[in-house]
Amino acid sequence: MSEFDEPGKGAAGKSGEPGKAAVGEPGGPGKPAAGEFGRVGQAAGEFGGSGTGAAGAWVKSERQVERERVRRSHARRSASLATVSTIVFIVLVAWIVTNSPGWPTVQDKFFNPDELVKALPDVLKGFLLNIKIFLIAEPLILVVGMLVALARGIRKPAFFPIRALATLYTDVFRGVPTILVIYLTGFGLPALRLQGIPTDLVTLGIIALTLSYGAYVAEVFRSGIDSIHPSQVAAARSLGLSHFKTMRFVVLPQATRRVVPPLLNDFVSLQKDTALVATIGPLEALRQAQIHAASTFNYTAYLAAALLFILLTIPLARFTDHLAARTRRRRGA
Amino acid sequence: MSLLTIDGVWKNFRDHSVLRGIDLEVRPHEVVSLIGASGSGKSTLLRCVNLLETVDDGVILLDGEDITDPRVNVDDVRKRLGIVFQAFNLFPHMTVLDNVTLAPRQVHKVAKGEAEEQAHGLLARFGLADKARAYPDQLSGGQQQRVAIIRALATQPRLMLLDEVTSALDPELVLEVLGVIKELKESGMTMILTTHEMSFCRDISDTVCFLDGGVLLEKGPAEQIFTEPENPRTREFLRSVLESGRL
Repeated sequence: MSEFDEPGKGAAGKSGEPGKAAVGEPGGPGKPAAGEFGRVGQAAGEFGGSGTGAAGAWVKSERQVERERVRRSHARRSASLATVSTIVFIVLVAWIVTNSPGWPTVQDKFFNPDELVKALPDVLKGFLLNIKIFLIAEPLILVVGMLVALARGIRKPAFFPIRALATLYTDVFRGVPTILVIYLTGFGLPALRLQGIPTDLVTLGIIALTLSYGAYVAEVFRSGIDSIHPSQVAAARSLGLSHFKTMRFVVLPQATRRVVPPLLNDFVSLQKDTALVATIGPLEALRQAQIHAASTFNYTAYLAAALLFILLTIPLARFTDHLAARTRRRRGA
Repeated sequence: MSLLTIDGVWKNFRDHSVLRGIDLEVRPHEVVSLIGASGSGKSTLLRCVNLLETVDDGVILLDGEDITDPRVNVDDVRKRLGIVFQAFNLFPHMTVLDNVTLAPRQVHKVAKGEAEEQAHGLLARFGLADKARAYPDQLSGGQQQRVAIIRALATQPRLMLLDEVTSALDPELVLEVLGVIKELKESGMTMILTTHEMSFCRDISDTVCFLDGGVLLEKGPAEQIFTEPENPRTREFLRSVLESGRL
C-alpha cells in the first residue's frame, strides 16, 4: 500500500490541496490535482456537470473523511519515524567515528580544512582535465559499443569474421584490467614508432578508456537488443524493412531506452576511471592530489579530489533515478 | 450473511469518476456477473475488491470485515481472495507447478510436498496433469488461463474474481476455460466475473449486474436481465451485443 508508506512529502503536499480544489469548476476539464486527497476534493466539485449516470453529485461521506484522516496520520507517523531513524543513525555513526582513539590523527591527515583549501586550486585545475577526458571518451564509447553490439548481432554467414572479431574484442577487453590497457596504449603504442600514432598522453588515455569501456557498453547494448521481443523484428521484417532498417527504426530505439540506466551506471564508473589516466602521466585531479600528499604528508588533497568526483557523479545519478521513475510512471505502476 | 458487501463505492482517476456509488451484495456460493461496455467500471470494481485500487469512498466488507479500512492488512485480505486476469499474468520463469504452488508455500506456509500434491490434484481435475513441468510459454492460451485459474484456486479463496478471463482467447479455446468456471460453480465457489460472453453469462450467473458509466443501473436474476430488462440502457446494450453476434 504505497500511500501508507509514503513519507512526509505526501502528507504535507496532499492535505494542503482540498480546500483550494473543492471550489472546482463544475463540468470543466479541471486541472488534475497533485495527489490522492486533492483529487477527491476537486472531483466533488465536478460531478454535477459531467454526470452521465443516475447517481447524483458526490458528497464525501463521513467514513471517507475519517479514512483520509487515518491515512494522513499514518503518513505523518511514517514520515516522523523515517526522520527520527535517520537522525539516530547519523548521530550514532558520527559519535562512533569521532570518539575512536585515532580520530584526532585521522582528522588531521584526511580531513584537514587548511590543507583542503591549499590543495583545492591545483586539484580543481587537474579535475578540468578529468572532465575533458570524460566528455571526449563518452561519445566515442557509445559509438564503439553500439557498433560492436550490432556487429555481434549480424547473422549472415559472410560476415562471420566481423562477428568473430567483435566477440574477441569484448572478451579480451572486458577481461584485461583497465589499468593494463592504459599502460599498453600509453607506453606500448608509441613505442611501436609507427607513422601517425598519437604521442599525446591524454589522447592515448582516451583511446585506452574507449577500448576498455567500449567492450562493457557493447554488452549493455547487446543485452538491450536481445531484450526486444522477436515479434517486433517479425513485425518490422514483414513490412519489408531490411535487417539494418529494422535495427535502426524499430529495435535500437526501444533497446536504447531500456539500457539507459545501466549505461549511465557505466558512465558514473567512467568518470572515476578517468583518474587511471594519471598513471601514464597527465596531471589530472588524482595526480595533483598525489603531488600535494607527497609534499605535505597529508592526504586531505585526496579528499578534495573525492569531493569533486562526487559533485560530478551526483547529478548523473539523480538523472538516472529520474529516467527510471519516468519509465515506471509510463508503465502505469 | 452475505460474503461480500459493496456499499456506496466511488473510485476516481484524476478528474474522472470510474465508479459512482456502487452497491452490491454477494451471498456465499453465488455467481455474480458484471456486464457493460468497456470503460463502464467492471474491471475497476474487481480491482477495488482485491484492493489493487484504493476506493475513494464507500466501504467493502468481506465476511463482515471492513477491508477498505486503511488500518487493515492488505496481504491478509488478499489471502482470502483469488483473482484471474484477462492476460493470464502467469510467471514466465516458473513451471506450471511452481506457479501454482508459489502462494500456498510462501504465503500460506504449506509444506512443499503437500502443496505439490494438492497442485497435481487440481491440475488433474482440470485436465492439465501432463503440464506440471511445462513453462507457460509452452502452453496454449486456454491452457495458460486454466493454469491461472488453478493458481488462484490453490490458496482456497473465499471468493474468486474473474476479470474478462476469456477475452484474450481464440474462440475454440474459450470453451475449455468456461468449462472450468462452470465446474467451479458446481463445486460451490463464490465468484464475481466480468465477461463479454453473454450466453455463458446467462447460463452460469445467479445474478447479473449491468454497469454503465460507473453506475450499477440494473441488477437481477440472469433470466430476467436477458429476457425483460427494465432499464432502456440495458436493453440498448444487450441489443448491440446481439447485433454483434455475441449472444
